[in-house]
Formats: sequence, structure tokens, C-alpha cells
Amino acid sequence: MSAGLDKGAGANAAGTGTGSGSGCVDPILSTVGISMVFGGLVALNSVDLSIERGSITALIGPNGSGKTTFFNCVTGIYKPTRGEVILYPALDLPSKSLKGLPADVITHEGLARTFQNIRLFNNLTVLENVLIGRHTRMRAGLWGALTRNRKTRAEEAAAIERSYGLLVTYGLDAMANELAKNLPYGAQRRLEIVRALATEPKVLLLDEPAAGLNIAETAALRDLISDIRENEKVSILLIEHDMNLVMKVSKKIYVFDYGRLIAQGPPDEIQKDPKVIKAYLGED
Amino acid sequence: MTHKITASHIGRVIWSEFKPALLASFWICLLAFPIMTLSINPTNQSFKFSLDRMPYLALGTFVLSILWRFFLKRRAFIGITKAVHQSEGLPEDLRKGPKPSWLTVVKASRYRRQGIYVLLAIMAILPFISSPYTVNVMVTALIYVTLGLGLNVVVGVSGLLNLGYIAFYAIGAYTYGLLNHYFGLSFWVCLPLGGLTATLMGLLLGFPVIRLSGDYLAIVTLSFGEITRLVLNNLTVTRGPRGISYIQPAGFFGIDLNGAPKEFLVNYLRVDPAMDINKIFTYFIILCLVIVTIIFVFRLENSRLGRAWLAMREDEVACQAMGINRTRAKLTAFALGSTWAGLAGVVFASQITFINPASFSFLGSILVLSIVVLGGMGSIPGVILGAIVLSALPEQLRFFSQYRMLLFGALMVLMMVFRPGGLIQSTREVYIHKTNGNGKGDGNGTARLEALTGAPKPEATGERP
Amino acid sequence: MTYFLDLFLSGLTRGSIYALIALGYTMVYGIIALINFAHGEIYMIGAFTALLASMVLGSLGLTGWGLLLSVAVIAAIYSGMYGWTVERIAYRPLRGASRLAPLISAIGMSFFLQNYVQLAQTSNFVLFPDLVPQMPFLKPISAYLNRTQVIILLFTSVSMVGLTLFIKFTKIGMAMRAVAQDMTMARLSGVNIDRVISVTFIIGSVLAALGGVLIGCSMRQIYFYMGFLAGMKAFTAAVLGGIGSIPGAVIGALILGFAESFAAGYISSSYRDVVAFIILIIILIFRPEGIMGQAQTQKV
Repeated sequence: MSAGLDKGAGANAAGTGTGSGSGCVDPILSTVGISMVFGGLVALNSVDLSIERGSITALIGPNGSGKTTFFNCVTGIYKPTRGEVILYPALDLPSKSLKGLPADVITHEGLARTFQNIRLFNNLTVLENVLIGRHTRMRAGLWGALTRNRKTRAEEAAAIERSYGLLVTYGLDAMANELAKNLPYGAQRRLEIVRALATEPKVLLLDEPAAGLNIAETAALRDLISDIRENEKVSILLIEHDMNLVMKVSKKIYVFDYGRLIAQGPPDEIQKDPKVIKAYLGED
Repeated sequence: MTHKITASHIGRVIWSEFKPALLASFWICLLAFPIMTLSINPTNQSFKFSLDRMPYLALGTFVLSILWRFFLKRRAFIGITKAVHQSEGLPEDLRKGPKPSWLTVVKASRYRRQGIYVLLAIMAILPFISSPYTVNVMVTALIYVTLGLGLNVVVGVSGLLNLGYIAFYAIGAYTYGLLNHYFGLSFWVCLPLGGLTATLMGLLLGFPVIRLSGDYLAIVTLSFGEITRLVLNNLTVTRGPRGISYIQPAGFFGIDLNGAPKEFLVNYLRVDPAMDINKIFTYFIILCLVIVTIIFVFRLENSRLGRAWLAMREDEVACQAMGINRTRAKLTAFALGSTWAGLAGVVFASQITFINPASFSFLGSILVLSIVVLGGMGSIPGVILGAIVLSALPEQLRFFSQYRMLLFGALMVLMMVFRPGGLIQSTREVYIHKTNGNGKGDGNGTARLEALTGAPKPEATGERP
Repeated sequence: MTYFLDLFLSGLTRGSIYALIALGYTMVYGIIALINFAHGEIYMIGAFTALLASMVLGSLGLTGWGLLLSVAVIAAIYSGMYGWTVERIAYRPLRGASRLAPLISAIGMSFFLQNYVQLAQTSNFVLFPDLVPQMPFLKPISAYLNRTQVIILLFTSVSMVGLTLFIKFTKIGMAMRAVAQDMTMARLSGVNIDRVISVTFIIGSVLAALGGVLIGCSMRQIYFYMGFLAGMKAFTAAVLGGIGSIPGAVIGALILGFAESFAAGYISSSYRDVVAFIILIIILIFRPEGIMGQAQTQKV
């Protein structure tokens, strides 16, 4: 885990050395010229983006600049009009194209996401929500469910244990048997992240996790994101408007405007970039 | 400054409540005026005017309107308090666990297992001490329990509205009817065949339409139900509207149950001499089917597959993001639900030995849907209660039977408005955490969890108003 | 050739009546995305009210055009009232409930109204009087087109034009279009959503009632179950044309009318209803957005 991180850090140094381009030496996920057109509207225009293994990368940009569309294209909810999405599962494994695969297969391959407007399974308990996250890592089918044989029982017990473990680690175990809809807002955000973690992702995509949270909750979220990066073998891609949060946690930031990438780089560079300032504050 | 409550205050409060009710009552009477007062005589095309029904209607709607307004207000109030709780964080009473309802008490009872055994024993003895009529009613009720549980998998658990469910029941019944009529195949051969045929038809219909949104799926299934009925009505091989008669009842190793076994039962167990022992046998078959169904549905609900269905019901996009293959989940739910209808259909054909398309109209689909909705979508005990209430009660109450369709309709609306979770709302499984003796309860591998069906938990309503 | 023409004209009139009902479905769906299962029942109630009104007014001595028009107006008013009430009772309390709830409530309402009419009236077919007066000027074409068909085509076209103008040019029509586009935004812009929905139900019900009167005149008999099948077919027509689209509903209804008429004429009349249902399933499989509809992208 930490070895991976170190390698990532080194790669990043090399990456910044080469300057522009989507370049990082050890990416886990990259997109090449990804575009999405709705009717006549170009929502994404040829986006090249790379996420470094083990890092936290952020996407920022004004509303409607294509960030969520990018998420939807990568996670298979939309089929991108053009371009490639490539996953590099591990250094010694061959890369895989994710383009055009259905959402559930992409999750199985190791991408998990949360949603801008929380999408929990409201009438199920917190534990069940996380158990559903385990779906893609379990095998039992109809036969196993009906006969409830030894193998199925063992798998079920392991899944429950693991899900409960996640709840304990991220502080939701007290509410394990509550219905998701009865949780306070902040806990719902947290549960959605834990549920995504239960799928054992290689890349975790968070769509505005701080939206609607107050200052204290946002601080807790920042800790949560750092914890996740330390505990799990996961790279994080984050869409966020809360600049304070973005600047603190992310290693690299990509800036979207009108469906294009207008800037990329580490937080301190992005903060000074005139193009970014113009996109946010408008022409002057 | 003090407020004196005077008669005029009270009067005003009462008036503010009664005025809308009076208006509503007046409005409904106005609406019903032509249809309720003028009645057509279809034979000689004359009409009769009578105001007889109007006072009852006026009074009835007035009372109903007061109740309606009261319950709507109550619903809104509960909604507001809940929203307040949520914005303030998790309410204390929720953390402590809620007041258990009678159902959770039953579930949590130490005597639950014994209770089930007693119930089974009663169910086993019942046919020997009751009249042939009662046995028939019980068989019908149990068939509806099976149908309700099967549809519950589709509608309640998976959230797919199937309005043509009765078609699969018809397919099961006709599978047995036709194979028995033309080839003399026995019940026991046809039972799996009927289930299988229904499953295949479910897959055949499901495969192309399953990606449609919920509303369209409802319409397609409705159409499929109607097509099935119309086709059965028009084909020569199914003998059209005349249907198939003289279908054999289920056999028992080729023994004539109305021969020696009946003599024994009548002489030694004082069974009603008018009893058809085949009916008792059918009763036990359907009882076994119901028990197996309950076990299977319960296991499914708490399995990987069942959770995928629940996830699909709750949120189609999020369920895919969790790695669930939505098409496959929908198809299995749809086809599996059809299987039970097929099995129930075979039993039905063997019970009444005569089937025709009229037994499988849209009304049947509505009846089964009402069972699920009334009992509680997704709740096994709820569906059982619903089936008994809606199929056995009308048989007993003549008054009820005339108005039963009217009441079904009203019931569905009222249930949706006031208690969308049904009579017995579905509860989710509760897991109690038990930490091991070695004191490392950090949850990473050392924690042991035990599923406890019985522990009281918040009433998990479909939509808590 | 005359056989073909016969079938064509009967398809046209059949399709026109489907169109009147289909408009109600498509308007309601366009605005609150609900399949109003009770809509067929409103049409049936329209027909029954028309029959009762014609009997009472007929016994009072009214005849000819006056009778037809007053019967149509009474049926329209009553159905409008029913439509409004149904929405208030069965759908309005369910705004914001789960997707399945209003659908089940709608089925319940449909069932309730059906059985209400059956219990209050009769479960038999009842004859419907011939309300359409003689029109001597139709003599030359009467071999092809009878007076009832003329009236149906006339009524339908006038209603379509009226509806189109209403939606295009009145304030409430504009509000309806706004709500159909984006309910939240319309509310924020000060549109009274509840009122718009009520008006939509009333208009749909009025059109359905006209359909009920016309079908009575044309088939000369009505019964309590007529709304179910007609409702199903009108819904098919609405989906065929692209649900939510008003011209789509009309085109879909006409196509369905022709398909049924020709299927009955050239295949077998007992399979006429099957044809409608099969068309529905085929469209939903291959082009669920219908002829005039637009494919929608899911918003996440």
C-alpha cells in the first residue's frame, strides 16, 4: 500500500517535470479524447485525463462544465460519443478498455462512485446498503439462495462481517440497523461513500461529497477521505466545489470549463492560473 | 390576557371542520346524481327515477370526508415531525429502537418457533374436522397465498408492476388441462411442467420488454394478460370459451382416495361423509407448496439475489453503480414470479377440474395485486394475511361479495394514500453485533455477527408518511 | 375497392374516437408522468351520463340538434367534474410518493368507478339512442359515409383544433406547457401547479366524454366495461404516437384505428383486440419513445 503511494509520488514528480499533457507515469485510469454529445450540445469535448495510482485527484469547474457528465461517461451510465477510457489494474496486469461497458461491469472492474444527489437504498438498512455494495464480489446465485448451502452461508457471513467492519471503521456501526432514509444528511453522505468502498474499488469517484454539509461535517468528510486513502488501496477522483477541501486533500487538480479541460496541475499552481480565475470569475 | 373558550369558539372550530366535509359530501352527491338516481332498464329501454339512495350517500360521504381530512392532516403532521427530527440528527427514540408493534412482538417472541409448529399442526388437522365447503375455501385461499407471494417477489421486492400476472396462472392451469385432456398426463408430471412453461413464458415476455421503464412494463404485462386470455378464447385447441372440463384431480400413487382411505377416515376419524378426499389431498399439496414458497421467498429476500432486487426497486441507477446487472436481476424476478403463478395454476386446475378463459380475466390480476398491496408490499406475513382477507372473507360474507370489487378499488386508493406499506409492513432483517471474548471488537475480522430475525426494530414501512 | 374504402372509413372514425381519449392520457402523462388508468372509466361515465341525459331530455320533448348538443355538453361537464374529483382524491395526495403508488391508486380508482357504474346501473349492454339527426345534404355520399361518421369526424377535428389553439395561445395552456417541461421551474416562476394539473384532467375528461357520446351514437350500445378496453387502446395510441405529444396521440390513434379495422376486415374480427395489444408491445420494444416522441437521457 504505502509502497504504491511512494511510487505514485515519484511518478508525479516525473509527471510535473514533463509539463503539460495528461502525463503521469503510473496512472490507474486515463481517458483519451473522451467526448459526449447530446443532440447538438457538446457536453464533453475531447478530455484527456489521468489519475495517478494511489493519489487523490480533483475535478473542479463551474456548474454545467461537464464534470458529472465526465463521471457518467467513465462509470458507464452514459456511453461516450468518442474516446477511450483505460484502466490499468496493476503494474503487472494488462490494461483494459472500459469504454462502452455497462455500469455494472465497470463497477466489477473496480470503479465505484457516489452521486451528487445522494442515491441510497432508502428503505433498506444501513448494513444492507453496504451488503449490496458487496454484490459484485459475491458469487451466490438463485440456486445458492434457495438451498442456502454451506458455501452460500459462508459467503454471506463473510460479507456481513466485512460490511460491518467497514461500518465500524468509518463510524456508522451504531446505525447499522437503521433505515438509510432515517439517517441525518451527513451520515447519508458517509454511508454512500462506505457503500462504494464495499465494492472494493481500485478507483473511487466522489461526486460533490461535501454538497449540503456544514463546516463541521465538511471537516469530518476531509478526515474521512484521508482515512480512506490510508486504509484502502484506492485512488480517488473527486468532484468538489468546496475549494478549501479540494486544495487540502488533492494532489492534482483538473479544471473543466464548457466541457473542456482548461488547466491541470497541483493545487498551488491551479490557484494562480489566470485561465482558472477567468473561468470562475468571468471575463473582466 | 386570558382566552375564554366560548360556545362560539367551539362552534367555529366545528364549523371549520364540518364545512369542507359538507361541501365534499354535496359535491359527491352532485357527481353521483344522475348515475345513482336514474336507473336504466335494459330490457325495455325505460328509466326509473328514485332518490332512495341519496340520503345514505350524503351521510356516508360526509362521514368519510371527515375521516379523510383527519387522516390526511395526521399524515402531514407525522411527515413534518419526521423532517424536523432528521434535520436535527438522529432522534433519540430511533436510536433506542421504537415501540414494538404487535408484529415485531410476535417476531421477537421466544415462542415463535413453537407458535409455527402449533399453527402447522392446526393446519394439518383442519381439513379432517371441517366441511367440504370449508376445505374448498381454504384451498382457494392457499392458492391465493401462493399467487400473492409470487407476485410479491415481482412487485413488492423488485418493484416491477406486473398487471398480467394472472396470465401465468392461466398458462399453468392450461398446461395441466391440455396435457391431461389430450395426453392423459398426470398432475405430478404436469406440476413441474406447468411451472416451467410459465417461467419460459415469463422469460419470453420479459426478455424484450424488461428494459422498459416501470409504467411501460405495467402496460405491456397488462396487454400480455389480455392477449393470453383472447388467444385462449379463440384457439380451437383450447376449446375456446367452453374451456376444458373433466381434468383429473391430483393422484396419490394410483390409489382411489374416495375408496378404502375414505372409508377409513369416515369410520375412524369421523370425517364428514360428504367429503371428497381428493380435495383434502389437494389441500395438503397446496399447503406444502405454500410452505415451500414461504421458505424460498424468505431465503431469497435475504440473499445476494434478493438484495439485488431490493436495490433495483429502491434506485435503478444506484443499483447498477453497485455492480448489479439490472437486466438479469429483473428477468430472474419476473420469471421466478411467473413460476409460482404456473405452479398455482396447475393446482387450481386440479382443484376445480374445469377451466375456461373467463377464470383468468384482468380482474384476477387485480385481485392478486390487491392482496399484495393490502397485505404489505414485500412483507411475507402481510401477503398471507392479505390473501386470506381478500379471498376467504368474501366467500363467507354475502354482503361483502356483491360490493367486493368496489371495495377492492377503494381499498387500493386508500392504502396508497394512507398506508402504502400495507397492513403488515415489511421489516428488514436486524443484525446484532456480538464481540468475541478476546476483546478485539474493532470489527476487522474479530467481530462476529448473528442474524436475529426477532429483535425489535424500527417499523420499516415502504413510505412512512 | 368499396370494401377497402369501407374499412378505411371505419378505421378513420374508430381512430378519431381513440384520439379523443388518447389526448387525455398523453396530456396527463406529459405533465405528471402518470398513466391515468381511470381515464377509460371517465369516458364510460361520459357515455352513461349522455344516455341518461338523452332519456330525460328526450322525455321532455327535446329532439334533433338541440338534443345532441345538450347531451354532449352535459356529458362533458359531468365527466370534467369526475376527472377533477378523481385527481383530487386519488392522485393529489400522492405527489412525491414512490413511483408505484400513484399507478396502483389509478388502477384502484378505475376499478372503483367501473363497479360503481355496474352496481348503480346494470352489468348488461344498454342500447344507446340514435342522437344524430338526419342530414339530407349527405345523400350523395351516404353510400360511403353515414351521418354518424360525419359527426364523429367533425367533432373530432373541431376538438383537436380547439385544443391546439387552447394550448398554444391561452395563458393556462402556456402554463401547461411549462409544467410539462419542468415542474419545479414552473412552480418557481409562479405557476400554480395544482391548478394546471386540475385543468389538464378536466380537459382530458371533457374530450373523453365527447368520445363516449360519439361511440354511443356509432356503436348504439354501451356497457360498464367499455372504458377498460377503450382506455387500453387509447393508451396504446398515445404511446404509439409518443406519449406526451399531442399531434402524436392523434397520429397514433389513427394508425391504430386503421390497423384494427383492416385486421378485422382481412384477418378475423375476433383478433381485432389482439392486434392492438401486439402493436403496443412491438412499439414498446423497438421504439418506446413513439413516432413523435424524443428519446430522453436519464438525468443522474
